[in-house]
Amino acid sequence: MAPLLEARALEAWYGWTKVLHGVTFAVDEGGITTVLGANGAGKTTALRAVCGMVKVAGEIHFEGRRLDGRATEDIVRLGIAHAPEGRGTFVGLTVEENLRLGAYARRDRARVAADFERVYRYFPMLHERRRQVAGTLSGGEQQMLAVARALMLRPRLLLLDEPSLGLAPLVVREIFRIVRTINRDERVSVLLVEQNASLALDLADHAYLLETGRVVVSGPAADLRKDDAIRRSYLGY
Amino acid sequence: MTLEDAGAPLAPEVAGPAGRAAAARAHAPGAAAVRAAGLLSLGALACLLPFVLSDYRTFQFTQVFIYAIALLGLNMLTGYNGQISLGHGAFYAIGAYTTAIMVDRWRVPYGWTIPVAGVVCLVAGFLFGIPALRLEGLYLALATFALALAVPQILKHFDAWTGGSQGIVLSKPAPPPGLPLSPDRWLYFLSLGLLLLLVLLAWNLLRGRAGRALVAIRDNPIAAEAMGVNAALYKSLTFGVSAAYTGIAGALGALAIAFVAPDTFNVFLSITFLVGIVVGGLASISGAIFGALFIQFVPNWAQDISKAAPWAIYGVFLIVFMYVMPRGIAGALLMLGRRLARTTQSHPG
Amino acid sequence: MDVFLQQVVSGLATGGIYASLALSLVMIYRATDVVNFAQGEMAMFSTYLAWSIMNHGAPYWLAFVLTVVIAFVGGLALERLIIRPVEDAPVLAIVIVTLGLLVIFNSVAGWAYSYIIQPFPSPFPRTPIRIGRIVFGPHDLGVIGVTLLMLALLWLFFRFTSLGLALRAAAQNPAASRLVGIRVGWMLALGWGLAALIGAVAGMMVAPIIFLEPNMMSGILIYAFASATLGGFTSPGGAVLGGFLVGVIENLAGTYVSFIGTDLKLTLALLVIIVVLLVKPSGLFGQAVVRRV
Repeated sequence: MAPLLEARALEAWYGWTKVLHGVTFAVDEGGITTVLGANGAGKTTALRAVCGMVKVAGEIHFEGRRLDGRATEDIVRLGIAHAPEGRGTFVGLTVEENLRLGAYARRDRARVAADFERVYRYFPMLHERRRQVAGTLSGGEQQMLAVARALMLRPRLLLLDEPSLGLAPLVVREIFRIVRTINRDERVSVLLVEQNASLALDLADHAYLLETGRVVVSGPAADLRKDDAIRRSYLGY
Repeated sequence: MTLEDAGAPLAPEVAGPAGRAAAARAHAPGAAAVRAAGLLSLGALACLLPFVLSDYRTFQFTQVFIYAIALLGLNMLTGYNGQISLGHGAFYAIGAYTTAIMVDRWRVPYGWTIPVAGVVCLVAGFLFGIPALRLEGLYLALATFALALAVPQILKHFDAWTGGSQGIVLSKPAPPPGLPLSPDRWLYFLSLGLLLLLVLLAWNLLRGRAGRALVAIRDNPIAAEAMGVNAALYKSLTFGVSAAYTGIAGALGALAIAFVAPDTFNVFLSITFLVGIVVGGLASISGAIFGALFIQFVPNWAQDISKAAPWAIYGVFLIVFMYVMPRGIAGALLMLGRRLARTTQSHPG
Repeated sequence: MDVFLQQVVSGLATGGIYASLALSLVMIYRATDVVNFAQGEMAMFSTYLAWSIMNHGAPYWLAFVLTVVIAFVGGLALERLIIRPVEDAPVLAIVIVTLGLLVIFNSVAGWAYSYIIQPFPSPFPRTPIRIGRIVFGPHDLGVIGVTLLMLALLWLFFRFTSLGLALRAAAQNPAASRLVGIRVGWMLALGWGLAALIGAVAGMMVAPIIFLEPNMMSGILIYAFASATLGGFTSPGGAVLGGFLVGVIENLAGTYVSFIGTDLKLTLALLVIIVVLLVKPSGLFGQAVVRRV
């Protein structure tokens, strides 16, 4: 079966600097794939490339369509939701308004109300704070808001960029638990970029390891978890 | 408006690796000779012009030099130091009126009025800089905008000194005895000479510590402070020097036109200066000259094209210019130079 | 007391005009960091369009509605066609483009309609309106009503429609907006369209008072700057409040403070700007800019 998302020989640039030197990765339908690596390895750039936020060369396929070359707004409408680095919260708007914007691209207005309930069930503290201005939320709550907002799209594919960054371990575990539930119950595929390799490998089915813009290791997450050499030299634990 | 977006094209001295490589190539001995030859021929041409052109055209070029001095001052502030001023017309006016009052009321020889105008504006600019220091971007622009609006009002109000709305009429400055030049030609060379002197001064200032400090303050004020640059002092001083330049230009302008009146120094003058430095190119000495040429001649061309709505044509010129050269003429030339350098560079592996 | 109230109402009327134009300025500034210097001239040009339409025989309110629609579409088109090519350019370059638009609109208006001062009709009844003991000008009350209505409609639009929400989002955070599928470019165009619409209404409301001529909006633009400065350039609500305040202050100062005659009225705008910048640059409601190290 063809993967849901596939990038082939992907190159990407920030301005004049080349960050990705021909990477190939894929996400299976219903699967969770993680991309690991140190700072500056190009992980975030890979996600941005999928969303059309950086200049790319190579191919990106999603559900039989080419993504490379399309505008971000159009890619989103194909069913890809991105919770970006830094969360991308609309800090001046309320929690509820942030969530409503998550559903902006959808055609089926009628089901959006039901989706609010669904999302509030996953993230009850967001329901409590729904009228609060998003900028006043804590880091953990904003990360949850980012994931919740992404869910409001009813996406086929969820892109998560370093969700654990700057958050307390308990909060991170909670978020990962919810992601696993969403993946299992709603068949939302996930592409997860993470620095926290141990947590990511626990969650994911498949893993890629990037180093300075190239894939150095790839395989089932379970294998990488067990491989001591890889863990020590690349993942630091 | 943040000044990061003002897009100053960095002079080679403060550019990144690609720029420095290009500059290094430009500074190679062969290139230096070419540049020297180019500048010398330009200089020769400039000295020849007043003898082949009509008095009116000579006057127009004198005005170009005067504007260039004013734009040099504004560029120093906006391009290098990142402070936006919509009010430099005010300092131009102060310089002009200083000269007018000294020559007309106190019978001071006009030569002395020029440095005095410079000093008066240096002090005025420095003093204005002190409270204005606390303002950034849009707010500084608003404050200087208010200054520009206030000046005609103030000039009309203190009419005992300034002659009110009628203004002050001067006599055209006579060349020093012994020099066989007409007054127009004398003014031409006087302005040109002062321009060269002030360009040299600015060049020296900006290449050295002062220049680097200014750019540091513009790009990252907090880091600059942390490295020992006294940002407050530099910013005020820059305001002062920038005002002084524009004040000297104003003094020359008063002499060239032989007339000052409050309504000539309205906010539109300040806006014209801003147009000049953006079209010419921020943070660039050559930009001041390109900009001066633009603001002097393009309105005339616009009028030639359409008597009925010349400013509409001027507006179209402005817009098209920004499409084609958003970083000004100097910026466009710099990018062209870099692109040429990049293509002549060999690609590794 | 009667005079005081009359002047307050009069001040609120002109304040409504300042508030409208200030709102237009702030809307565009918040979304793009650009101050649209052409805002006043666009309003003036729209008012001339209304005048032309009426000269062709149309009744006032038809001309009003047509003008508002044309202004909206015009503002939208202006952003897509003229501003979009330079939207990635340095901010100062875009400001120069707005200055170019300023002179173009002013010049074309002068050329098409001449510089002769024209009267512009007021849609409100002529008879003064009596409230209690005090007599008020009907146009003043009408302007206040129209302005408040327009502002209320705008507020409803921004607060309760998804398009309004998308506009607010695009102004605050364009990158995140793209990630939820908002077409940020069209949101900017919509912002310009709304700003032009507001300006057109303001122009048509003020023209009966100050008469129609190509330079009619330049003084008002300066007062709009003062209003936005007072209220806070980053706060639309603040700009509106600032406008009403400046209008009232201007009228009361003109009436009660002797040396501020009609000539020095402009100086008052300057004083407001200078005082605000000295005391609290971000204005009453603006957010102080926090620079990240």
